[in-house]
Amino acid sequence: MQMPPLDPAILARRSEIVAALRAVVPGEGVIDDLDGMRPYECDGLSAYRQMPLVVVLPETVAQISAILRYCQDNKVKVVPRGAGTSLSGGSMPVGDAILLGLGKFNRVLEIDYANRCARVQPGVTNLGISKAVEHEGFYYAPDPSSQIACSIGGNVAENSGGVHCLKYGLTTNNLLGIEMVLMTGEVVRLGGKHLDSEGYDLLGLMTGSEGLLGVVTEVTVRLLRKPSTARAVLLGFPTESGAADCVAAVIASGIIPGGMEMMDKDAVKCAEAYVGAGYPLDAEGLLIVELDGPSIEVDYLVERVAEIARERGATTVRVSQDEQERVLFWAGRKAAFPAVGQITPDYMCLDGSVPRGRLVEVLAEMRQMSKKHGLRVVNVFHAGDGNLHPLILFDANDPGELHRAEAFGADILRLCVRVGGVLTGEHGVGIEKRDLMGEQFTEIDLDQQMRVKCAFDPDHLLNPGKVFPKLRRCAELGRVVVHQNKIPFPDIPRF
Amino acid sequence: MGGTIKPRDAKELRQAVEWALNESRTLDVRGQGSKLALGKPMICDQVLDLSGLSGIVDYAPEELVVTLRAGTPMREVEALLAQRNQMLAFEPPDLGLLLGQEAGQGTLVGAVMGNLAGPRRISAGAARDHLLGFSGVNGRGETFKSGGKVMKNVTGYDLSKLLAGSWGTLAVLDEVSVKVLPAPDQTRTLVLHGLSDEAAVKAMCAAMGSPHDVSGAAHIKDRTALRLEGVAPSVEARLKGLRDLLTTTGATMEELGTLESRTFWRDVRDVTPLSGARDAVVWKISCPPTEGPGIVARIKAQRPSAEIFYDWSGGLVWLALPRSDDADHSIVRGALGPTGGHAILVRADEKARSNVPVFHPQPTALAALASRVKESFDPKGLFNPGRMG
Repeated sequence: MQMPPLDPAILARRSEIVAALRAVVPGEGVIDDLDGMRPYECDGLSAYRQMPLVVVLPETVAQISAILRYCQDNKVKVVPRGAGTSLSGGSMPVGDAILLGLGKFNRVLEIDYANRCARVQPGVTNLGISKAVEHEGFYYAPDPSSQIACSIGGNVAENSGGVHCLKYGLTTNNLLGIEMVLMTGEVVRLGGKHLDSEGYDLLGLMTGSEGLLGVVTEVTVRLLRKPSTARAVLLGFPTESGAADCVAAVIASGIIPGGMEMMDKDAVKCAEAYVGAGYPLDAEGLLIVELDGPSIEVDYLVERVAEIARERGATTVRVSQDEQERVLFWAGRKAAFPAVGQITPDYMCLDGSVPRGRLVEVLAEMRQMSKKHGLRVVNVFHAGDGNLHPLILFDANDPGELHRAEAFGADILRLCVRVGGVLTGEHGVGIEKRDLMGEQFTEIDLDQQMRVKCAFDPDHLLNPGKVFPKLRRCAELGRVVVHQNKIPFPDIPRF
Repeated sequence: MGGTIKPRDAKELRQAVEWALNESRTLDVRGQGSKLALGKPMICDQVLDLSGLSGIVDYAPEELVVTLRAGTPMREVEALLAQRNQMLAFEPPDLGLLLGQEAGQGTLVGAVMGNLAGPRRISAGAARDHLLGFSGVNGRGETFKSGGKVMKNVTGYDLSKLLAGSWGTLAVLDEVSVKVLPAPDQTRTLVLHGLSDEAAVKAMCAAMGSPHDVSGAAHIKDRTALRLEGVAPSVEARLKGLRDLLTTTGATMEELGTLESRTFWRDVRDVTPLSGARDAVVWKISCPPTEGPGIVARIKAQRPSAEIFYDWSGGLVWLALPRSDDADHSIVRGALGPTGGHAILVRADEKARSNVPVFHPQPTALAALASRVKESFDPKGLFNPGRMG
């Protein structure tokens, strides 16, 4: 993984840039000493580190607007950052770019229960929104694992998911509006408290655009009423294919569970040793199926899911009897990553998505690859929506192993694409999967995406080095090639 | 108009656009043309007819995904899904009658291009939320794709969102993958009688904020309807819960069974209550639910003969006004509240649609951004020129 070479002209102008930022954001809002910048040197993808040119922490939209306008006028790059929990390097600093931190935008601005929405600043944490409304029985549905720390602005940038996506959608399905600042410094509002766009759905485009198009300064989210009941069913199967069949059968029967997670045998072992959730250690594939809704519905569906599982040869079928047991069932799954961390110095978490019908085949092939690369892989995933999280175990102190882990990871993602899936289901492309984009997209596909980028940021100043493997200049992308020879097509029916 | 081109496969589709680009010919892109009367009137050099690109490519019920060609009739898709007890959860409306045509026309991709959605919009989302991916041809005559066939995908920009609701102005689609969901076993409706607009919206918002999973909330004249869907025991229990919640309204209540409910909600979906008067202009106003009644009151103060009904818990106001040359657009758009929203002129004669913006005007910076986005797909303005004006 390589970042674009640093621009010596920008580095030479550092003190001038710092002074310009100080003119916009007074006092401690500009950090230019090494110790002060150290906390920003990486994000959740901590294998890669780089110090930013300078850190700026604005407090008002007017300041952000002035900073971006300055960057545009002076051709200075800028990397926006929420809580810095990205698992794909989406907010990793760039050495010749300003790091624009939104941590001070941490207020809930308005809660409107009648219209079921909340207006918040981008630095508010995902969980912070739910906490602000839970006393009224409401919550914000997307629940990425990092929800204690990750910011809603970052969720918008990454279109974050979580374990409840199949039923409740990703971030993009739970947003009503945003305010954002363009590179020109212009402030635009998309959506609001109403549904759908009057023109092109730029809100939908912004969601998941990985901080490459604009800086989000306010977010209006949909609030949902908490389901009155939730129960979890723990299902152990003697084979992985049994577990995968069960997932397909549950969905084919017309049930959309609140969550449906799968763990392989090694993941079960790690989680059980770490948490003691009571998982069956003999299972080759373990499912946690959560049903939520009115209690009478949940009771009814729990029975149907149990029945389907037994028909598919489940050797363990346990239904949570109370809230404490439900939380325990989940505790193992939620702690799966740190649990795996107990048995390995380092691990790399991948995020491909595949059609559910190809799960078993993908798992088998992954094991073959594991032998080839000489590294272990442990699997936990959102089985309901086919989103895999293979964890590759390695030791970063062994110089060859990080490299081998990267190669193994790339092989897994290629496999996902080959079976009709995609490189990333919820973590984003960032720098991590940037160089694999060509596996999923043609050059034409990527050029079209870059042209959209050019409509927002014609000089490629915003979050550089991310998402696109090879940048092309907007002027070049904008040229329209018209063939000199007329193109006849006598075969197409015309009338 | 220089006639119609009707490609039979993806290659011919690309060639057709390439040809149009070389010849500088603008294209009126259509599936079945069922929504031609919606949008700014256009003058195009050529019709690009997609009905030759038809058929289901792949349908995997247990994957909850259907992949199909752009010209595939909606009827065909719905019939196929019904065989496996599945549905398009965004409940695409059939605007045929409203737009002065026959019912039962149109393609699924046409509904996606309009980002249409029925009453279930408030619980299941619009077409935008169900388009997983597509392939098509941009205004450079290049075949490209975005998204995929899987439920969860954040690889690259979500161009599906941009295409949904672009009314054919960004690219010509060839193939789409759409998320489908299980159809509910049961549908029941609780109807409250005699509530004022304000009281009705209050009741609908309370219902939407309750744990009873309401999947439709409409107010038509003096009837306020709340839809519950799902397995029988659940629907039964939620119906009771909803009754208890809303006793304080003092309204008399009745229940509609599954069949009656389906008819009722189909009528709401297809705007049937306002489809009758042939020459009336019809507006679709999207607003924060609680602001619906205020908007209606402001319009009625100036146009007392206005006919209206509410869907989306009050957040969608369907409005019919007597025919006029400017469709009363400044009255309608001027009535929107301070928190915003938008009004689309869904039905009006050509004269009115030529005179006033059909789509809600955007602030300068946003409009400029939107036009740069349009250029990034269609630099020469080949596709449906001016339709979204």
